[in-house]
Amino acid sequence: MTSTLAIEATGLVKSFGKTRAVDGVDLAVQRGAVYGVLGPNGAGKTTTIRMLATLLRPDAGSAQVLGHDVVSEAHAVRGLVSLTGQLASVDDDLTGRENLILLGRLLGYPSKQARARADELLAAFGLEEAAGRLVKNFSGGMRRRLDLAASIVVTPQLMFLDEPTTGLDPRSRNQVWDIVRALAGLGTTVLLCTQYLDEADQLADRIAVIDRGKVIAEGTPSSLKASVGGGALRVRLLDPLQRDEAARLLGRALDSEPHLEADPAALTVRIDDPARAADAVAALSGAGLGLAGFSLAQPSLDEVFLALTGHPAEDDDTQEEAA
Amino acid sequence: MTPTPTPQAAKPQPQPAAGVTLNAALSSSARPPRPGALAAAKTFGWRGMLKIKHVPEQLIDATLTPVLFLVMFTYLFGGAITGSTGEYLQYILPGVLVQSVLFTSVYSGVALNTDMTKGVVDRFRSLPIWRAAPLVGAVIGDCVRFAIASTIVVLLGFALGFHADGGVAGVLAAMLLVIVFAFALSWVFTTLGLLLRSPSAVMNSGFMALFPLVFLSNTLIEPSTLPSALEAFVNVNPVSSLVTATRGLMGGDASAGDIGLVLAEAAILTAIFAPLTVRLYRAKS
Repeated sequence: MTSTLAIEATGLVKSFGKTRAVDGVDLAVQRGAVYGVLGPNGAGKTTTIRMLATLLRPDAGSAQVLGHDVVSEAHAVRGLVSLTGQLASVDDDLTGRENLILLGRLLGYPSKQARARADELLAAFGLEEAAGRLVKNFSGGMRRRLDLAASIVVTPQLMFLDEPTTGLDPRSRNQVWDIVRALAGLGTTVLLCTQYLDEADQLADRIAVIDRGKVIAEGTPSSLKASVGGGALRVRLLDPLQRDEAARLLGRALDSEPHLEADPAALTVRIDDPARAADAVAALSGAGLGLAGFSLAQPSLDEVFLALTGHPAEDDDTQEEAA
Repeated sequence: MTPTPTPQAAKPQPQPAAGVTLNAALSSSARPPRPGALAAAKTFGWRGMLKIKHVPEQLIDATLTPVLFLVMFTYLFGGAITGSTGEYLQYILPGVLVQSVLFTSVYSGVALNTDMTKGVVDRFRSLPIWRAAPLVGAVIGDCVRFAIASTIVVLLGFALGFHADGGVAGVLAAMLLVIVFAFALSWVFTTLGLLLRSPSAVMNSGFMALFPLVFLSNTLIEPSTLPSALEAFVNVNPVSSLVTATRGLMGGDASAGDIGLVLAEAAILTAIFAPLTVRLYRAKS
């Protein structure tokens, strides 16, 4: 009986010293889906992905990846998945082309075919010109593209992507997104860890929100966003002294508690219906408060966290990055 | 935390990943049969060669020092120790050959320690290959390093006037014996490479351990000239046995017992430290 699930994890636990980095994570990912795991640094995303990719042994719980147990059948799992780690998983001291040939040969291609495959991938990922350069001289975006190319030397059935766009400029980020979409379009299941709600929203069919080692919410991007409301209105005043007055007016107009930002002239209010934002802004100018600017924003990860947990997304002192 | 990273002015680049080529590249990759353990190790050996090509500094460091030693000792101490530089060169060349290759073997541990801090190890560990392949391949690649280092020392020796009574075959056999021993010793340093925190810690402790072993041996002096306690240590030092066998092969009067002793030492080192390295590597997370 083949399960329709690509990943089925139950009660995964992993501790480093006293820190429970992953504290009972359950996941069910359909085959062919792009599944987002969303959370701040230190939430346990990387540790979870490393357990699923057979790089770490869970302390407790179990996980099946494509029907194989990640501990007892680790070798079978490795034959079906590929991993793009948080640190780009490429060799700095080799050229881009050599990196791909190396991977091709390790996956079993004879030398000549490994070269042909490397050239094909370099062309497809726009890396032909840089092919002969050492990877340590690559830009962040080029490294990431090479990293992704290395992950699909043989098209995997399941791809783990750990924060593929962290630190990239918007242009490179869009390129990475296009690659992920193309992969998904051809039927590869993708598990995507990210700290950007926007990224999960753009790419994922379903999202699990993870915090302090636990899954705190799960659902489609739209259901998740609905749970935090339509977004936020951010207002910046000309005169910081008028902020309390503005907070009172906005709170009344939108039935929501305004959040005072670190910037003494700025405040944010959550809104359910963007149409009411216009009225709220009108109320401010009606009361004679001068505005330096205002904007409507998608809910950020911070707001998702605030809504789901009551505490803002923060960097915990866990050892996750070192794990 | 905002959903978009800081925007930067992106320079115009060639447009990558045009949908059509990307899709073609994605769908044209039938999975080949998995490589055998040795094929995978060989591929990692090839990676080691590429590193010698792209990062030659390590090889230069490790070979320049013995070159300096050879020239300095020959002309500085030759007259005092044996009465002539030519005679002393005959004595120390095999020793300096051993010294230079053994110091090069520390870099096996340094390289592994450096690798472990990089993301590429995650990729290797997530591949369906023999788990020890990266280690075995790297050490095999290091043997090429040893061959280069020993060739340099031997050629320099000949240039300075060394003559080998053992002939070409004797010299080649001596180099091979030194490489076999260095291969075994590499496993000690890869173990160290997985136990210590930083590449420089591996280098420092590796050199620190090697210095007394290399200098308190018959590499540079005749042990009979030493105080008796020191002479006793020099005689049981495995480096001394390697130097004796190397000297014998180059001079054409090696005994099977000397060579057998070195091979036995190499086998013991490998039998202990190779499995230990593999275990530590697998346990690392």
